[in-house]
Amino acid sequence: MSRIADDPIENVAGSQPSVAQTTKVEPSANRAAVEMHEFSCPIPIHDHQHIIMGHGGGGTLSAELIEQIFLPRFGNPALYALGDSTVLSLPSSRIAVSTDSFVVRPLFFPGGSIGDLAVNGTVNDLAMSGARPLYLTAGFILEEGLPIDDLVRIVDDMARAARAAGITIVAGDTKVVQRGHGDGCYINTSGIGVVAAGLDLCLDRATVGDVVILSGTIGDHGMAVMSRRDGLEFDAPITSDTACLADLVQTILHACPETHVLRDPTRGGLATSLNEIANASRCGIVIEEQAIPIDSTVRSACDFLGLDPLLVANEGKLVAVVPEGSADAVVTAMRNHPLGSRAALIGRVVADEHNMVVARTSLGGHRIVTMPIGEQLPRIC
Amino acid sequence: MKYLDEFRNGPQARRLAEEIARVTTRSWSIMEVCGGQTHSIIRNGIDQILPPQIELIHGPGCPVCVTPLNVIDKALAIAARPEVIFCSFGDMLRVPGSRDDLLRVKGAGGDVRVVYSPLDALKLARDNPNRQVVFFAIGFETTAPANAMAIKLAKQQKIKNFSALVSHVLVPPAMEAILRSSGNRVQAFLAAGHVCSVMGYHQYHILAKSYQVPIVVTGFEPLDLLEGIRRAVSQLEAGQASVENGYERVVTEAGNVLAQTTISEVFEVTNRGWRGIGVIPYSGWKLNAEYAELDAELRFSVSNVDPSESSICRAGEVLQGSIKPNECAAFGKACTPRHPLGATMVSSEGACAAYYNYGRFVELQGMKG
Repeated sequence: MSRIADDPIENVAGSQPSVAQTTKVEPSANRAAVEMHEFSCPIPIHDHQHIIMGHGGGGTLSAELIEQIFLPRFGNPALYALGDSTVLSLPSSRIAVSTDSFVVRPLFFPGGSIGDLAVNGTVNDLAMSGARPLYLTAGFILEEGLPIDDLVRIVDDMARAARAAGITIVAGDTKVVQRGHGDGCYINTSGIGVVAAGLDLCLDRATVGDVVILSGTIGDHGMAVMSRRDGLEFDAPITSDTACLADLVQTILHACPETHVLRDPTRGGLATSLNEIANASRCGIVIEEQAIPIDSTVRSACDFLGLDPLLVANEGKLVAVVPEGSADAVVTAMRNHPLGSRAALIGRVVADEHNMVVARTSLGGHRIVTMPIGEQLPRIC
Repeated sequence: MKYLDEFRNGPQARRLAEEIARVTTRSWSIMEVCGGQTHSIIRNGIDQILPPQIELIHGPGCPVCVTPLNVIDKALAIAARPEVIFCSFGDMLRVPGSRDDLLRVKGAGGDVRVVYSPLDALKLARDNPNRQVVFFAIGFETTAPANAMAIKLAKQQKIKNFSALVSHVLVPPAMEAILRSSGNRVQAFLAAGHVCSVMGYHQYHILAKSYQVPIVVTGFEPLDLLEGIRRAVSQLEAGQASVENGYERVVTEAGNVLAQTTISEVFEVTNRGWRGIGVIPYSGWKLNAEYAELDAELRFSVSNVDPSESSICRAGEVLQGSIKPNECAAFGKACTPRHPLGATMVSSEGACAAYYNYGRFVELQGMKG
């Protein structure tokens, strides 16, 4: 779903100001953020309905953008200080750090927007290490001509996702590139979370005998975005599954503190995540194709386009590899969580020197599940 | 969707496989003609539940695979031109030409776009009157009606900046070429269901009779395929050779007459080279004289390409069913989906890619899991 930005550096207007701060922020500042979101400036950015180069120039227009769009929505004491950097105090010295860039077309799709993805994506990456996400930074690269209303919608979505995840956005930055040099809006977010002592989640910890549990249906996000792509619009009731998985992770870790691996199968889909686990852990994985929950509309859309749902992106699902003895406890706990109601045991970790992922088909045959090389290309007929 | 699940029912599939095993008394080689069928067979592991006497030979029915190299090279030459927006179905983008593929042309600055319908290309032409929009019209009888319709509309609406690079191929002449070849091992055909949905199956009767070969029109879901195989084996065991329709929910004897009419307005039959196989008489469609002005080959004068095929790729033998993909020395070594030497390694419908992606190249371990 993602594309790599190809903007040469000279198209970037302005290098400041960063919306960052020197104010000390305690984790409890979360509460301030929750209260601040109610405030939203009703005055439109005068005279401008679209982003212009000046919004990234560091002058008055930049300041307006910050004061009228970002601060009211992300607002917390740290941001209001508008310093060059933010000083944070963390409750633990065991921290998880992650960064991710978001480039999606279209910017708005059924079930979410680039704003939701930008928060949930990084928060979920933190959560996969078992971390409790606390802080996020947000860097925007806006294309000249982006409707201000679109930016407001995106920032609103980010603010809502941040509140739902219980995190605070503590630093930000905006640049504007010339028309034609970006897809409207690119967002980078970086996040920090704290990891409880005793947790040891890592991609290479899958062990022969472990079971593989999937939190719900696959392919929803990728097909929702595809259903709104230029030239491919199809009218299917598919919505993105974009969601914050941090709470579901805590539920899993409560049921099974010795969980070996957590992975969210985003780009490249479930097939890629399973192959990454098998390769890192030097084992094989056998999955039962029938056990993998797939929404029937998503399955039909994939059939129609010749895509394999195992390779389609997700934004609100996770794979958990846990010792066999904890399987029932984890599946039950996940099913009692709103984001895991269709959780299912889909496979097992086996010894295999080729580190292959094998799917048993519903007919009783088997096939190897490989990683995609690049983007899946819809087939001809 | 219930409709599809009905044709993917595991227990029913196993019952059909048992029925096939029950009626099979000796070895039979059956060719599934269409690449979509190959894909479904490998993806679902259908060959693994058949009795060992039944061998499935993968046919030439992958449009991406058989599009001749000189046409690909022409496409690359046209796509590289600065005034051109080159529109193609997605899976043509990675098919190797003599030196490049469309993805690399795109990376080097060519304006190559993936379209899902030829009508999208027509719209691009309308929206970009200062550019030349070229549509890569390839495929079997299945893609021909929509391609013909787009070309017809372009002429009707006088869209001057639209043209098509046409390289359509026809299934029945290829089936006959296989039957006539000296090394032929095919004893029965599963005819390509979607091709028959357009063209009908009346033209197969003479083939079945002349070559004494059973032909079963077959769909793409596991139960469709198993039913097709069951009918083919039953005929073979009984010494019969007739045409049967095993895909009645989609196919009629006459096919889609309206689509056929549109095709005949725009295209005419021509001798066509098949990549890896060679020229098969009367096996393709090209634009007829009335539509020559929309022929991209003429518009961009690209007849002087100099195609050179990989010397070690044996895609042609794979396409004719003489060897299995993993019998080629390059398979999985010099030739992988990432660095394909032949088109059969590119398309998800290509036999080599199907073998590679679904792991038919190493002994499976850990299957007892």
